[in-house]
Amino acid sequence: MNIPYTRQTLDNGLDVLIHEDHGCPIVAVNLWYHVGSKNETPGRTGFAHLFEHLMFEGSKHYDKGYFHPLQEAGALLNGSTNADRTNYWEVVPTNALELALWMESDRMGYLLPALTDAKFENQREVVLNERRQNYENRPYGFAGMAVMAALYPEDHPYHWMTIGAAEDIRAAHIDDVRAFFQTYYRPRNASLALAGDIDAGEAMELAARYFGELDAGDEPPPVLPPAVAPVTVERRLFFEDRVELPRLYISWHSPSIFATDDAELDLVAEILASGKTSRLYRTLVYEERMATEVAASQSSRELGGYFQIIVTAAPGRTLTELAQAISDAIETLVVEGPTVPEMDRCQAQAEANFIFRLQTVGGFGGKSDQLNAYNTFVGDPGFFGRDLDRYRRVTAAAMQQVAREWLRPEQRVLLSVVPKGRGTLALAGSQPVEVS
Amino acid sequence: MAVDRTRLPALGVTPPLQFPEIRRHTLSNGLRVWTVEHHAVPLVSFLALLPVGASADPSGRPGLAAIASDMLDEGCGELDAMELHDTLGRIGGHLDSEIGSDATILTLSSLARFADRACALLADMLTRPRFEARDFQRVRELRLNRLIQLRDLAPALADRAFTRLLYRDHPYGHMPLGTEESLQSMTLGEVTAFHHSMFAPSRMTIVAAGDATHDALVASVQAAFEGWSTTSALPDLPDPVLWPLPPSPDERIAIVHRPAAAQSELRIGHIGVPRRTPDYHVLLVLNIILGGQFVSRINMNLREDKGYTYGARTSFDFRRGAGPFVLSASVQSEVTTESVSEALNELRAIRGDRPVTSAELQTGRAALTRGYPRNFETAEQISRGAAQLALYDLPDDYFSTFVPKVLAIDEAAVTRAAEQYIDPARFVTVIVGDREKIAPGVSRLNMGTPAELTSI
Repeated sequence: MNIPYTRQTLDNGLDVLIHEDHGCPIVAVNLWYHVGSKNETPGRTGFAHLFEHLMFEGSKHYDKGYFHPLQEAGALLNGSTNADRTNYWEVVPTNALELALWMESDRMGYLLPALTDAKFENQREVVLNERRQNYENRPYGFAGMAVMAALYPEDHPYHWMTIGAAEDIRAAHIDDVRAFFQTYYRPRNASLALAGDIDAGEAMELAARYFGELDAGDEPPPVLPPAVAPVTVERRLFFEDRVELPRLYISWHSPSIFATDDAELDLVAEILASGKTSRLYRTLVYEERMATEVAASQSSRELGGYFQIIVTAAPGRTLTELAQAISDAIETLVVEGPTVPEMDRCQAQAEANFIFRLQTVGGFGGKSDQLNAYNTFVGDPGFFGRDLDRYRRVTAAAMQQVAREWLRPEQRVLLSVVPKGRGTLALAGSQPVEVS
Repeated sequence: MAVDRTRLPALGVTPPLQFPEIRRHTLSNGLRVWTVEHHAVPLVSFLALLPVGASADPSGRPGLAAIASDMLDEGCGELDAMELHDTLGRIGGHLDSEIGSDATILTLSSLARFADRACALLADMLTRPRFEARDFQRVRELRLNRLIQLRDLAPALADRAFTRLLYRDHPYGHMPLGTEESLQSMTLGEVTAFHHSMFAPSRMTIVAAGDATHDALVASVQAAFEGWSTTSALPDLPDPVLWPLPPSPDERIAIVHRPAAAQSELRIGHIGVPRRTPDYHVLLVLNIILGGQFVSRINMNLREDKGYTYGARTSFDFRRGAGPFVLSASVQSEVTTESVSEALNELRAIRGDRPVTSAELQTGRAALTRGYPRNFETAEQISRGAAQLALYDLPDDYFSTFVPKVLAIDEAAVTRAAEQYIDPARFVTVIVGDREKIAPGVSRLNMGTPAELTSI
């Protein structure tokens, strides 16, 4: 199983990846810039994402908004920013491939001449509203910020979330946009994937024509994060929120993306909390009815990962008993390891999940997005098969081992989010944290 | 060859779209089986559509249809819930269950080599659910807890208040999840009886799609479902088009108070039209221009011009009966009044003051028609498309006539549709936000004193 591709690096350093899929007369254009909130500095958070918004406001040779000609051509399009990268994509009927390449290359090469104070101020307001909608006005919306701040020191770029601090967004300046663009939005810092009903040779020629003329620019400065001190003494934090039911976030430092133990921990998360047969769902929700929901995930990123369990208390139940039950479940896993049925299930699910990922050419998580992810993070666009192999090779003993090594009680951060005025529902000994 | 950046490149020739062939069969028990071959990846999916949704909840029993569908995977046939999910896990199964106003849809996808097993499990869930008391207690408790949690979710509060004001006791007047009162007093007997009276092969359509031949897909469904029969004659399901609609509410504007809310969640609209309206295509064009995509009037105004919101949209929620027409946005609290005012202006203007222009028409029609092929990329998309045909009784040539029908629409038709189907006199505005911040401004909108909704 694989995503076959051809690759060419243009003289200006842009990687172009082409994948043919003739199932449907559409083509995905997917462009990754290797820049995210990890390239920000304290006091300037949220900027990479604000910048992404400005990429949709027009460029020198078409300055009437980015969406209009593409939506008129039948495109679906979007972009997103996370800590490590920013991606932009269009899914267009094949006859609009050239239009999409024109538009993407114009904003890669000529964004700044079209930048105005009005656009900048407008999008700053839009982003502040995005922050209100997705974080400030949402139950438990600040939890991620509190956890990241606890796991990473203040000068580490994973200390803040990609959306950033509201005061930093307000303080952003249009000159920062120019500098950011010139530093990071360069062909050599980007990867372009085209996937769909196209001829690889023709598509490569088109990509080279539209992007080849752009100036390579300088190598962006490396991210040099400060050392992250491991958590060695359990930390307990809490804040009050407009919620009805207390929720507990248990987080550990974990391996980086594609590093040793990453896949093993991913499957540990699976057997702990994915589906009704998972250990925590079965115990906490199904049998004991102590929790309304439980989730676990291994979130791996370039500079490091975090493993997280999130559990919400059923009415009348306490976070203390939930924390204890989760500790017990992890302890049991460490002592006994996964069972044979668990291994069978999680391996079959892993295989199915990889196949499900082959269904679409574009959008978030489609084949074009995956080619760019593998190219950006491993330097090998064809890593799909080897990625799946990582999961196929996982053994019960290895899962037992990583659970023992990474999910130690003394290395966790416990965040309680409790209803307003009900601070006593937090785990004993929790320190209040400020969130906004 | 240098790039010409003085103009955008012209679009090439529109690529032809080969619509997937849907083959239709009927089993002897009346079950419709529709099959679609899709060989891109080694997966199959079986989608079961029952045109029974939350609108079928008996009077005083909101939430019954949803809890019945939720109970289907809590054990079936010889398997208890854990054994069922263990088996699903082993075949790489992904089970998705959804309930809307009009329908219950269960979809099970799996690795293609387990097609027969997957289909058999789906059949057992639909036809032989165990419905055990201890599972019912737990599922009901989880749903009650979900209701509690929704009290803090502004979009859920807004949807609920809006739906309630518009539809009242109409079958569309409640959320599928139901109410605390109803769930508290519900019994397992009611769930069993609902299942018994509603789930029947003659009412169901199975769309089987994926990496298998038509014959193999039919054989899987036949083996799994042919033993299913209903003993008693079933009455016809009601036609939602015939349900009488409630009059417009006295409350034209209502506030759900949410102290210190960072934003106001807005809903503005009224009851719309059924999916079977002959004006369906023109309403799609109207909506995409008004608030159906990024470059629509509403979004360009409230987001791109004013910066009041992260996004604003409109939609005609097409259902078997008349679903709502609604404008939705979450706006900064301080500009709530301005946002409502701008939104109302746009809703009115498209009816006459600023009718749809030919450029807008061109953009809207093009977005719908040129973007049409991407609805047919995956087996799941095709299955869902086919399910729409089944649910709304659409003609077999629905897909192939879509593009020409949309392209035949002109400005006059869109303006006429706006006049006919958007009626400012009937608008109801719901705001979930901080009353202290928004009430003074809202009183200047000349919409009367806002009603305050507390128990929703």
